[in-house]
Amino acid sequence: MMLDFSIYRYNPDEDDAPKMKDYQLEVEEGQDMMVLDALIALKEKDPTLSFRRSCREGVCGSDGMNMNGKNGLACITPLSALGKGKVIVRPLPGLPVVRDLVVDMTQFYTQYEKIKPFLINDDKQPPAREFIQSQEERAKLDGLYECILCACCSSSCPSFWWNPDKFIGPAGLLHAYRFLIDSRDTATDERLNNLDDAFSVFRCHGIMNCVSVCPKGLNPTKAIGQIKSMLLQRAV
Amino acid sequence: MVTNEASMKRNGIQDYVSLRATAAVITAFTFFMIYFFVTTSVVTFEVWQALFANIYMKAFTLATLISIMIHVRIGLWQVLTDYIKPTGLRAGLQYILNLIAFAYVAIGLFVLWGV
Repeated sequence: MMLDFSIYRYNPDEDDAPKMKDYQLEVEEGQDMMVLDALIALKEKDPTLSFRRSCREGVCGSDGMNMNGKNGLACITPLSALGKGKVIVRPLPGLPVVRDLVVDMTQFYTQYEKIKPFLINDDKQPPAREFIQSQEERAKLDGLYECILCACCSSSCPSFWWNPDKFIGPAGLLHAYRFLIDSRDTATDERLNNLDDAFSVFRCHGIMNCVSVCPKGLNPTKAIGQIKSMLLQRAV
Repeated sequence: MVTNEASMKRNGIQDYVSLRATAAVITAFTFFMIYFFVTTSVVTFEVWQALFANIYMKAFTLATLISIMIHVRIGLWQVLTDYIKPTGLRAGLQYILNLIAFAYVAIGLFVLWGV
């Protein structure tokens, strides 16, 4: 059985413009495989094809890409989930392309950095061994801490496409809320002050592309809604 | 944090609340007009004039027109900052659109006074 692929190719050192290149891969009848495995097989035939990958099991978030129009991790997306016909693979949209399927994630990380993604605790007497949380306090972090920063969500968000320098984006805001509701964090006001403007949070219009594409099944829109509520409650 | 200067001193929370508050008024007016047309068998000039001659209807209509102006002002600022990147062009378009939004309120007000 022959599988058809159309893959985005761009080498800024040689190409004037990006182009789509067709590939064919022979697989056993009825055999399924992940998109990443197919890309690795194609790379054996064409070593110039570039893409990122590391863990190959949906943990590291390196191989985020756009497959048949939807962002996802190539290593946990089976070809059978993409339907029949040609598989079209493009880099994550909205981010500058370094080469082929490899994108420059500087803008994404810059926004992530802004939310101070670490625990801030200015208690005068920190506990000697560890910060104890109740089970209820710990449960609040579920659905937030699992984000692997693959950028599938932020690069599918139109608000992030148009304002990548001002809007934090769904991934960054999911992490922001993770620290805002952490019982061990004491910088809630400082964090909210940093988000209290017309762009950082409020550029989210609830389009929910982020929820639709998140390979970990997380809900950044809900977290953003909670941040908006926190900002609102503080203001009234 | 995006400074107030970069966002033309717009306040995110205030815009967020204003958009929803004005949307509620616009929706209420829309539903009322649908109710009016559904429950009124024949809409003649006299019926139409009597509806808007009512002082409460005038106040409701004026509130809706002002709501539309505020909604348009915030909404189009958001759309323009998304799609129009040259600052001068964006400021010019914002100015024209704000004038049009105000014109709707002004004309609506004169129409209501005339009824």
